[in-house]
Amino acid sequence: MRSHFYEYRKFVLAGIALVIVLCYIVRLAFLQLSDGEYKTRADDNAFFNNVIFPARGVIFDRNGELLVFNQPAYDIMVIMREVSNLDTLDFCKTIGITQKQFDERMALIKDRNKNPGYSTYTQQLFMPQISAQEYGVFQEKLFRFHGFYIRERTIRRYATDHCAHILGDVAEVSQKEVDNDDYYDPGDYIGKQGVERSYEKELRGIKGVQILLRDARGRIQGHYRNGEFDRKPVPGKNLTLSIDAKLQALGERLMEGKMGAIVAIEPKTGEILCMVSAPSYDPHRMEGKQRSSQMMEMQRDPMKPMLNRAISGTYPPGSTFKTSQGLTFLQEGIITSSTAYPCYRGFVTKGMRVGCHGHGSPLPLIPAIATSCNGYFCWGLYHMLSNRKQYKNIQEALTTWKDYMVSMGFGYKLGVDLPGEVRGMIPNADYYDRRLGQWNALSVISIAIGQGEVTLTPLQIANLGATIANRGYYVTPHIVKKIEGGHIADSLTVKHKTKVEKKYYDMVVEGMRKAVLGGTCRSANTSMYEVCGKTGTAQNRGKDHSAFMGFAPKENPKIAIAVYVENGGFGATFGVPIGALMMEQYINGKLSPASEAKATSFQNRHIDYGTRER
Amino acid sequence: MVGQEQSSKGIFLSIDWVTILLYVILIVWGWFSVCGACYDYNNPDLFSWETNSGKQIVWGGTSLVLAAILMLIEKRFYDTAAYVIYGAMMFLLLITIFIAPDTKGSRSWLPIGGSVKIQPAEFAKFAVALALGKLMDKYGFTIRKTKDIGIAIALIILPMLLIIAQKETGSALVYFAFFLMLYREGMTGSLLFTGFACVVYFVVGMKFSEDYIANMPVSIGEFTVLLLAMIFTIGMVWVYCKNLFAVKLMAYICFGGTLLAMIFSLYVIPFNVCYVMLVLCILMIGYIVGLAFYTRLVRYSLIALFAIGSTAFYYITDTLFEHLGDHQRIRIEVLLGMKDDPRGAGYNVNQAKIAIGSGGLFGKGFLNGTQTKLRYVPEQHTDFIFCTVGEEEGFIGSAGVLIVYLFFIWRLIAVAERQTDTMGRVYGYCVLCIFLFHLFINVGMVLGLTPVIGIPLPFFSYGGSSLWGFTLLLFIFLRMDAERNLKQR
Repeated sequence: MRSHFYEYRKFVLAGIALVIVLCYIVRLAFLQLSDGEYKTRADDNAFFNNVIFPARGVIFDRNGELLVFNQPAYDIMVIMREVSNLDTLDFCKTIGITQKQFDERMALIKDRNKNPGYSTYTQQLFMPQISAQEYGVFQEKLFRFHGFYIRERTIRRYATDHCAHILGDVAEVSQKEVDNDDYYDPGDYIGKQGVERSYEKELRGIKGVQILLRDARGRIQGHYRNGEFDRKPVPGKNLTLSIDAKLQALGERLMEGKMGAIVAIEPKTGEILCMVSAPSYDPHRMEGKQRSSQMMEMQRDPMKPMLNRAISGTYPPGSTFKTSQGLTFLQEGIITSSTAYPCYRGFVTKGMRVGCHGHGSPLPLIPAIATSCNGYFCWGLYHMLSNRKQYKNIQEALTTWKDYMVSMGFGYKLGVDLPGEVRGMIPNADYYDRRLGQWNALSVISIAIGQGEVTLTPLQIANLGATIANRGYYVTPHIVKKIEGGHIADSLTVKHKTKVEKKYYDMVVEGMRKAVLGGTCRSANTSMYEVCGKTGTAQNRGKDHSAFMGFAPKENPKIAIAVYVENGGFGATFGVPIGALMMEQYINGKLSPASEAKATSFQNRHIDYGTRER
Repeated sequence: MVGQEQSSKGIFLSIDWVTILLYVILIVWGWFSVCGACYDYNNPDLFSWETNSGKQIVWGGTSLVLAAILMLIEKRFYDTAAYVIYGAMMFLLLITIFIAPDTKGSRSWLPIGGSVKIQPAEFAKFAVALALGKLMDKYGFTIRKTKDIGIAIALIILPMLLIIAQKETGSALVYFAFFLMLYREGMTGSLLFTGFACVVYFVVGMKFSEDYIANMPVSIGEFTVLLLAMIFTIGMVWVYCKNLFAVKLMAYICFGGTLLAMIFSLYVIPFNVCYVMLVLCILMIGYIVGLAFYTRLVRYSLIALFAIGSTAFYYITDTLFEHLGDHQRIRIEVLLGMKDDPRGAGYNVNQAKIAIGSGGLFGKGFLNGTQTKLRYVPEQHTDFIFCTVGEEEGFIGSAGVLIVYLFFIWRLIAVAERQTDTMGRVYGYCVLCIFLFHLFINVGMVLGLTPVIGIPLPFFSYGGSSLWGFTLLLFIFLRMDAERNLKQR
């Protein structure tokens, strides 16, 4: 039997079968029992996460007036595969584009390098954010344009012409923002400036998602597990700002044609009542698809309208700073209420002179504040820095001085809930050691009158006003009063006590009151309430800056304010009258006819800044 | 009459129920897989005629009827009609080339009313198996006789050519399975080994032709192929000629020479060691040719032929490869893992791997697979059906299918071996070798181990033609087996 001779070969064949099956089982184990790589790739294949965008929170002013809201916008979408018999001419006319733009747009969609998610089966974005009118016309003809669809989105709209710097704006996220926060995907919107940015997390809400099954051609085949894992979107929280829209509007009106800032704070709470930065812009310019071109235009403007000078601009505080000096000298015992320094048209010593204007001499603190005497405060600082009984050396003396300044909110960011705040400058001993090497009280004397190295933001000046109004403390200035369904950060409601006792503040308040009654701020005086104030005339390379810092009423102050007009001249020229009008508007809720006329006149007083880059 | 009755009863008792049980398990398991692969979210009725799963029930049911009918046809009929059936099938294959409509480039599907089509190539296998059985059962057939094996091979080659003419190369390749049967029947193993060596040379040579050993200008592919050529040739001289002196001599010279050359290349002057190896191979061939003349033994000449082929193989394929069409070259490169091209030629295999890999240990559960249902895997209900098993039933399920197949094939080996005549055994081996080949190629291609050749996985892939074809193959054999006791009596 030949066949028996080869019968052993059945084992060879059985062995081949065994080896094949074993090899395949090992391969299966390799594919299926190793890491989850294939599982992830399968999910990436099959699951399409359809994101449902939550409504962004809307924004109100402190009186419940609507400032920012959402409006539906319409994107035109296209499914390439379904486009047929398109009357291109009619289509282009309907949405107002040219044939060339149409061809370019179509080519861009089909370019897989620029549009990696391209599929002929799924909706592709043809044109974003057409207006309601365009939508109306398009909608009527839609049945003729096979393959085109409308996708609803919302755009941010402004109900006010003011508050541009405070409100900020939204725009598409940048790649960096996508990388830094898992919440965002390319194409999402994010707050870029102002409150929109600093309260992005509260405003944006939580995205919802529908997990859909997508086939190999990108078509949707239904919900995964009947929507078991879907999530509903959580709408963003509404914000109530501490801003008084009417006050803000008046402020912006008064600052027309000028550069500078107005900041008003409710002293007790630290709530910012208005924050004007001039020049400003109409927030409507940031709406919708025109944003990027508008922004480019503004960034090229030498007046820098995008800059929020109230928190991002630093200025020499000038004489408004003298109040902080008086407080420091009193607390440190350098002066008492009766200490009088001479001033013969200035601070004159050892071949040095800081000029002053004519007034009685010698004089004590209160009239020194009222008349804004330079000599008095220079002598005060001179005596403090030269006091070797109290301080080992000048460094220690200046460090003590610096600590007082910092306790009043200078030299560091106040921590306002807006992006872009800067810290200003309070020099310390180290700074002068490095800059000057050998130095004495005279080398740095100009800091006593808010000149020299000292710079503050208008917000810090206003905060100084609030501190004096409160007689010794301030609450972190903040712009958001209430978050619907949430609460504002604890850091915004903390009371910061300065290093100066209340009794000294009372003296400075008295000086500021005297300034209004008979000193530099006379024009702010009114019979309706007791105003306290301090002018500032800050020297700089060009014409002096005009500043005013004050609060009213004297008892139980409702408003503290800082006005800063670049190159406005004397503090009394622009600062005082604008400050007075603002306080009247806030305290009375309206302007008297006389004040109204005054406001119009100030609105029309423009300052020529030339065209140089600033 | 009484005898007839007894024989019917005897046949019923002699039916191999183990095989039938495995067959039913595979068909039912296959149906569940088709359900998973064809599930339509918009038409979740698994039993509707509108769905492939519904149709597959019909194909399965009719297969069982076909099986029952086949059990009634006596072996005598096949014995008589084997050549007629073969002739008729060849004729059918021939006319199919001309009358079949073009389906995705191939002309292999015959429409028979409505949407139902059959593929004659699926049915031709049993005709070839019968003809081979009949031929080899003939008195005096000797597989070592050139004329006899020539006829046998001709019987195999003819349908292959006809099917290739239908542009169904994949189905044609299945006929290579018959060579496994020929091996069992006594064909020299060196032929199988030569085939195996060709595949190894090709895969190793192509895959590593651009890789280099350490710091030497030596292509790993070229080096390995030449080394294997030496090992295989010397091994063959050892096994077939038992000339130990020649084996030792060749081994010392070849391996010693190669080693010296490598040391020289590594430490003295780097040069391409393959030149030395090529010279050594030529020396070796010359020596074997000399032996052939000296001993007058044909096997030396054959081994020399093998050695020449082996040595030349790398250079020939390398040249051919350069001249291949881009399409085919990329396919080969992707298969060998030389190119990563997930969107192009490698798409099917890549998606198949994702589908299977995502199944994990236990799978996603019946009808819960996403990859196959969402059509990420092309041909997921036919050629790539194993993906669905992998995705929905996981490692447990897919390994289970392979193990059931292994038992099925082993069982068929056992059944074939117990046949009392050559025809039964030859036919049985034909059947099991076809199953083995399908399993090897189909699952291998889904796992990315063998080339993508479009042939179905028996009993799993959707389709009436293939299910009926495999049922036909199997049950003719089971009927033959059931009769084994009758003849002895």
